[in-house]
Amino acid sequence: MTQLNDLTITEASEKLAAGDISAVELAQSCLDAMDANRALNAFITETPDLALARAAASDQRRAKGALAEVGAGALDGIPVAIKDLYCTDGVLTTAASHILDGFVPPYESTVTANLLEAGTVMLGKTNLDEFAMGSANVTSHYGPVKNPWTLDDGKDRVPGGSSGGSASAVAGNLALGAIGTDTGGSIRQPASFSGIVGMKPTYGRCSRWGIVAFASSLDQPGPMTKTVRDAAIMLAGMAGHDPRDSTSAPVAVPDFAAAMTGDVRGMKIGIPKEYVIDGMPGEIEALWHKGADMFRDAGAEIVDISLPHTKYALPAYYIIAPAEASSNLARYDGVRYGLRVDGDSLDEMYSKTRAEGFGEEVRRRIMIGTYVLSAGYYDAYYVKAQKVRSRIAEDFTTAFTEVDAILTPTAPSAAFAIGEKMDDPLAMYLNDVFTVPSSMAGLPGISVPAGLSDEGLPLGLQLITRPFDEETLFRAAGVLERQAGFEAKPTGFGGETADLRTNGVLS
Amino acid sequence: MSLDTETVRKIAVLARIKIPEPELAPLAGELNNILGWIEQLSEVDTDGVEPMTSVADMSLYQRPDEINDGDCRDKVLANAPNGKGAFYTVPKVIE
Repeated sequence: MTQLNDLTITEASEKLAAGDISAVELAQSCLDAMDANRALNAFITETPDLALARAAASDQRRAKGALAEVGAGALDGIPVAIKDLYCTDGVLTTAASHILDGFVPPYESTVTANLLEAGTVMLGKTNLDEFAMGSANVTSHYGPVKNPWTLDDGKDRVPGGSSGGSASAVAGNLALGAIGTDTGGSIRQPASFSGIVGMKPTYGRCSRWGIVAFASSLDQPGPMTKTVRDAAIMLAGMAGHDPRDSTSAPVAVPDFAAAMTGDVRGMKIGIPKEYVIDGMPGEIEALWHKGADMFRDAGAEIVDISLPHTKYALPAYYIIAPAEASSNLARYDGVRYGLRVDGDSLDEMYSKTRAEGFGEEVRRRIMIGTYVLSAGYYDAYYVKAQKVRSRIAEDFTTAFTEVDAILTPTAPSAAFAIGEKMDDPLAMYLNDVFTVPSSMAGLPGISVPAGLSDEGLPLGLQLITRPFDEETLFRAAGVLERQAGFEAKPTGFGGETADLRTNGVLS
Repeated sequence: MSLDTETVRKIAVLARIKIPEPELAPLAGELNNILGWIEQLSEVDTDGVEPMTSVADMSLYQRPDEINDGDCRDKVLANAPNGKGAFYTVPKVIE
């Protein structure tokens, strides 16, 4: 029997509208699933009382016929999980870092405020890589997150990262949808690893105000959902101009779901030859070809394109992102919030606090960022990387004179076991090789689950479109989703009795 | 460009992160590994290319110069790990 927490946002919204279910029942179903699956470690903070209160308020609005105007009521009463990088008024916000111990924001981020205004019900704050730095959700101060997808080998898989808790919560049906943030792939890569949809909007589409900053020229909020349509509905409830973020774009928010016409006839889909990389498993390349065939079958035209600077995106990213991070994270000084480790002098207090408060990967990136910005190296590293970034953006601009969307794999592998790639930072960085280039260019991208690996783990394909052309992105993604017909579900985890199988659909 | 432990010590001071002496050399190795991989950027011809300073193709607007926030001192101070009254406290900086 299908439980309420197994529903998609679209299905739940219909049932709520029909009066078949209440928002309180829906929230309770998710809270029960969270309770039963706590071993996933998907949440850092659960907010059950808040969730039930907000769900009850939604039911009252519905009874009075006064549904939320934001999102046209489609999100009213929908239980969602919030990455613990968004500041939430009165609710502990950690960024999965020891250095933010006990930080309770006195304000709400714009995106979560918009979602609140749309009537969504926050279930809790999800786990992530510390300060969103990682691709496996293994750098969290609160421990690694498990992927609900497992194999018979008894090893737990990573859910990807950095939005790993959000991915795990949605894949495990603990929440109907979640929000993540994406700097170099932190929504799309975990979506691929966890068999869900993850969407990064155009830089500037959603406000970054109130999100713990990692790399300000790259960070962008986005939805993580079970279906493409759900992502479109959620994004409509998140996006919009915000005067408090000077990089937020003053553009109208279209009806993204309405753009999903199911018709891609005549659409030109580019296949960039540079995305064939050394060591990529044959099954990823095969799935990519299959994806192209799906579009061809649906009437789209497949065009071979070149994005010549692709291989330089990742090294340039590892100058720009750490540089911005070293600057953004300078605020954690033990004075105004979070952890403080006493020292005899002000400098000693700072350096002890930061040594104890930041984890290994965060310290490493701050060190790189500080170095590449330091006197004598700024031009050689930082300015050079910004020039390469211009080259990468030019590549896309040129490609988009020929095509409407670009199709690539989302990640170069399926989910790996927790503990792998831990002693080699570079091997970990390579997870984002296909997602970083479009991030560097600020473009919208989406990962859609498209198949299973030979071993039986989910694999995603990525679509990229022009800036602020999320409508074409959702239209193409909807068709990819339909053609791929991905219906496999996670098969439980870690030998737990909790049954994550839903609808009896198993491949 | 290769980092020696002396440079790593200097960066750690700039970044205000205390790194114990025995960890300096291994950290230098890790950072050199990453920086060595980044070196491939020198292959890219960037002559005459403007560094990207703005991701979105839009100009910044200006808001009216008016106070639009404030009056929340106690809320802000509530998160101080070691505040006193209406103040943040720090170790003594003046002898």
